Order: sequence, then C-alpha cells, then structure tokens
Amino acid sequence: MTVDALTGVLAIPAIAAALLAVLPGYRLTARINIAASGLTLICALSLFVRRPATGAYLLVDDLNATFVVLTTFVGFTTSIFSASYIGHELESGRLTPPFVRFYHAMYQVLMFGMNLALIANNIGLMWVAIEMATLTTVLMVGIYRTHEALEAAWKYFILGSVGIALALFGTILVYMAARPVVGEGLDAMVWTVLVQRASAFDPALLDVAFVFLLLGYGTKVGLAPLHAWLPDAHAEGPTPISAVLSGLLLNVALYALLRFKMLLAVNTGALAPGPLMVTLGLISLVFAVFMLYRRRDIKRMFAYSSIEHMGIITFAFGMGGPLANFAGLLHMTMHSLTKSAIFFAVGHVAQAKGTQRIADMGGLTETHPMLGWSLVLGVVAIAGLPPLGIFMSEFLVVSSTFARAPLLALVLVFGILVGVAALFLRLNSIAFGQPRGPVGKTEASYVPMFAHLALVLGAGIYLPPALVAWFQNVAGLLG
Amino acid sequence: MSRIDFDIAHLLAGTLVLISFLELYQDRLYALLNVYAAHAFVLAASVAWQAFVQDAPHLYVTAVIALLFKAIAIPVTLHRIIAKLGIHREIEKVVGVGSTMLAGIGLVALSMVVMLRVTHGADPLAREDLAFALSVVLLGLLMMVTRRNAVSQVVGFMSLENGLVLAATGAKGMPLVVEISVAFSILIAFIVIGIFLFRIRERFDTVDVQALDRYRGERR
Repeated sequence: MTVDALTGVLAIPAIAAALLAVLPGYRLTARINIAASGLTLICALSLFVRRPATGAYLLVDDLNATFVVLTTFVGFTTSIFSASYIGHELESGRLTPPFVRFYHAMYQVLMFGMNLALIANNIGLMWVAIEMATLTTVLMVGIYRTHEALEAAWKYFILGSVGIALALFGTILVYMAARPVVGEGLDAMVWTVLVQRASAFDPALLDVAFVFLLLGYGTKVGLAPLHAWLPDAHAEGPTPISAVLSGLLLNVALYALLRFKMLLAVNTGALAPGPLMVTLGLISLVFAVFMLYRRRDIKRMFAYSSIEHMGIITFAFGMGGPLANFAGLLHMTMHSLTKSAIFFAVGHVAQAKGTQRIADMGGLTETHPMLGWSLVLGVVAIAGLPPLGIFMSEFLVVSSTFARAPLLALVLVFGILVGVAALFLRLNSIAFGQPRGPVGKTEASYVPMFAHLALVLGAGIYLPPALVAWFQNVAGLLG
Repeated sequence: MSRIDFDIAHLLAGTLVLISFLELYQDRLYALLNVYAAHAFVLAASVAWQAFVQDAPHLYVTAVIALLFKAIAIPVTLHRIIAKLGIHREIEKVVGVGSTMLAGIGLVALSMVVMLRVTHGADPLAREDLAFALSVVLLGLLMMVTRRNAVSQVVGFMSLENGLVLAATGAKGMPLVVEISVAFSILIAFIVIGIFLFRIRERFDTVDVQALDRYRGERR
C-alpha cells in the first residue's frame, strides 16, 4: 500500500489512539495528542496539492477535502486547548490519570471516525464511521461520572442509537434502490457509482430512504424535534468535547445528509430534499432562539446556539443554488471556528469560577480581563455583528433567501434577531457589572482561541479571492 | 424462486414481528429476556434461510453471530446482571399494555402501507422482508419509549437492531461489510450499556431511568 495523504489522515489518529491507550503520564500523552492532531492536519492540507485516486472505499473530492481540512484544523487547535484544560481537571481532582489516558485515546478514535466518515466513498462505511464517532463521544460525555453526566450520556446514547439505526435503514433502502440498476454487490454502495446511475433508480424507494436518512442523520445534526440529547451532552461532558461536538461532529452528520441530497438531486422523479431541510432548519432556528432566553447554564446556552446555527446552515443547504450553498458553506466554517473558540473561553471561565451557572458569574471583564473580553468577542462574533465572519455569511443566507422566498427570509431574520437579543442579555450579566461568584486563577491557553477569532475576524474583513473561488466551486458541486 | 422458499422466508419474518409483539407486553425482566432470546433465535433461522435461498454462504456467518451472540451470550449475561442487581421484578411501563399493543398494530400497518407501496419494483421476497423489518424496527422503538427500565430499553434497542439485520439480509447481495459491522456495533453498544448499567446502579441504587430525570441539568 502506497503511503499517501489519505492513509495519513486515517493512520495517524489510529496509531496515536493505540499509543495513547497504553502510555502513562499526562504531560507526555497530551503532547502526543497535539502532535498527532498536527500531523493529521498537515496530511489533510496536502490533499489540496496531490489528490489520491478514488477507490471503492475512499474518495476525495473538493467537497470533502474542505470538510476534512476544517475538521483536522479544529481538531488540532482543540487538542492544544485540551492539554491545558485537562491539566486543570487533573489538579482539581475531577479526573483521575486512568480516565485521562482513556480520554486521550478516545479523542484520537473520534478524529479517526470523523475523518473516515468524511472520506468514505461507501455509504455503508460512512455509516459505520459515524456510529463509531458517536459511540466515542458518548463515552467521553459520561467521563465525569456525575449524575448529570450519566444522564446526559445515557440520553445521548439512546437517542443517538435510534438515529443511527434509522440512518442504517435508510442506507439499506438506498442499496435496494440501486440494486436493480447497478447490480448486486459492492458497487451498489459506492457513492461515486450511485451518483452516476441515480437517475435510473426507483424514485419512490429513494424518497422513503431519504426520509429515514434525514431523521437518522438529522438526529446527529441536532435538528429541532430530534435535538434533545444535544444540550445535555454539551453541558455535562468535558469542554474540549463540547467544542469538537459543536464544531465538527454536527458538520460530519450534515455532510452525510448532503451526500444523499446530491444523490436525490440527480433523480428527477424523486422528491426534492430541499423543502424538508428548509423546514427542519427553520424549526430548529426558531425553537433554539427562544430556548436561549431561560438558560441558567453557560455551556447549555451555547449548545442551544449551536442548534440555532445548524438550523441556519441546514436551511441554506436546503434552499440550494450556488449562492445559498456558498453561504451555507461559509456559515458552517465560520460557526465551527467561532463556536469552538467560545467553548475554549467558556471552558477556562468555568474552571476559574468553579461552576457553569450563569448566576454565579458576573463582571468577568474585570476579574479575568483576557478571558472576559475574548468571550465577549466570541459572543459578538456568534451573534453575527459586523465586521466578523458570521455577519457576512448570515447576510448572504438572508439576502439570497429574500430574492427567492421573502416569507421564509422574514422568519429567518426574526429568528436571528431574537437570538442576538438573547445572547446579549446573557452576555451582559456574565461579562459586565459587579463581579459575582468565586474568583479563581486559571492557566489558560489563549493561542487556539485567538487563532480562531482572528480567522473569523479576518474572513469578515477580507475573504481572499482564492478561498471565494474554492467555495464557489464546492457550492457548484452541491447543486 | 419456488413457492415454498418464499413461504418459509415469509413465515420466519412474520414470526419475528409476532415475537416483537410478545416483547411489548412482558412485565417481568426474566420473561422479557427469554422472549428476546427467542426473537434472536428466529432471526438466526431467518438469516440462515436467506443464506440458503440466495445461495450466499457469507450470510451463514451473520446467522451464526445472531445465534451465538444475540440468542445466547447476551441474554445469559443480562440474566446475570439482573440477578446481581436484584431487579428482576422491576418493569415500569409508561403506557398501559392495551394502548401499547394498539400503537404496535398501528405501526405494523403503517410500515406495510409504506413499504409495499414503494417497493413494487423489487422482487417479492425482498419486498415482504423489508416491510416486516420496518415493523420490527418500529416495534423496537415503541418498546424503548414505553419502558422506563434501563434493561428493557436496551432489549428494545437490540430487537430494533434485529430488524435492521433482517432488512440487510433481505436486500439480496448486500456487501458483507455491513452485516459484520452491525454485529460489531451491537457488541460495542452492549459493552457501553453494560458499563452504564453498573454505573447507574452505583450512583442511583436503581436502574429505573426515571431516577435520572431528577438530575436533569437545570433543576439543580
């Protein structure tokens, strides 16, 4: 087997996971974790330069190369944040060394699962990879073994399994639809073959398959009626995992949906997946922004904000067309970067304050100026104020919708505005005013947070033409 | 395909749906486990029959996995866990038996209507199999939402997975990758659940999942 970038993206996390599972010592393993994530990122970047051939199992095209680079980048920065975060958890005794070892191994297994899901060319393999990624996060959410963590993990496990089961049923139905046309065996599950021949598939079977896939993978995206696991899992797990869940795993599930959407788009007789995604996206958005108001737990609040933004992204991809897809891609990238930066800040804040309750936080900009102001900057970014990147992507989503469906755009704008108000209401009590609650010291790692925020700010001010061309190209692929 | 081949496949898949109904109204954990073992046993028979009919020897592997792992190993282990925890009489239902059964009948009717309508292009064996498989999946889901006890939720999930295996084997020539991985995922899922069961017991002195609700994040 030749050594290429693709092998690297999969082999490095796999080997690192095996290593981290046996090596003792927190400092060493945290460094290996960072190094492995960094190497994976380099391999992923090289996918832009030299692209391996498409096989029956693996595939790299412009669409998933974008996703892989985003995933490995956030994976790398999160591993840096995780090193300081886990160090603090060890000191405060919330985690013991065996759990830390387990955590690091699982972190790399999660990276492996997400990368595999993204570059899989076989819809069965993609399903297996997403299931693997889900199971590792279930284990990590429950790692603190408190009542809340156990409940969150159990809920996540049950809802996640049901979702993943429905997705498998949908996958089987796609195979059934492909079999009469493509023939029996492996080819009928290979995505590149499917998309070439999909026009001849039985449309009715594809319709039912897509409904199952939408419900199944939609659960993992956190779309509104199926989102119940998401706030708990975000609030009770370790914060680096919240960052990776929000920033990456939700995207990976959405990517799976997009692949099947492309399949249906080829078949003229099948239902248009767009309206279904638009509906679910809008429901998620409107539901989540109202839930933002009554939150008392800071991580839970940002989890609802993730539901809101996944709603917007799903909405944009559901609208389809070059402009909306472009906006969706941009928004997804910006949301991943911003939300993980916010979770980095929130993680350190929660450690400094010793609690996640919003009522016990106040005047952060006075007691912890660096942390406080970066949290403010993060929230300003996620709320979508100019000149930051999310403003631009939200603006694109809204303006492309106004041109085509003004009524939907009204709902969209209403949702976004309600969300902004809720975020600032909470931000005001967290970051400003009289300092409240305990004031602890924290050894924060600011680099990942600032790197993300700088990228978001940079993208808001000036988007390089090469990047625009790339995103336009990918948006064109999505149809 | 000869008539008798079809009839036997039909009989086995239909039996699977019936046993799913049996699971719905069990009110003791041991009884529930026995019914689940029967469920997995019929699944193994059904998969083996499909292997014979389709002349697909690799499906025998799936059948053996279903027989050894799901019909024997898991029920035995769960028996032990239940005995250890001393919870054999606890089954708390959210909804009464009557309405659960009615809902179950509705779900089976729904899956028949949906699947038979969209699959008229497929061959009859796969068609019926898929309709039965969806019924089993939906009944498994129903069981998960009508029980509060962690063990019976797990059993519901496992019978749901049985439905998926039935669907995967009914789809002729589906690559082996998927069947093995399904079996594997059950193994993993089971380990996870096992760990959780013990921790739940350790923390709450009960496996009644309702106890977990008290600790919902924001009611501190």
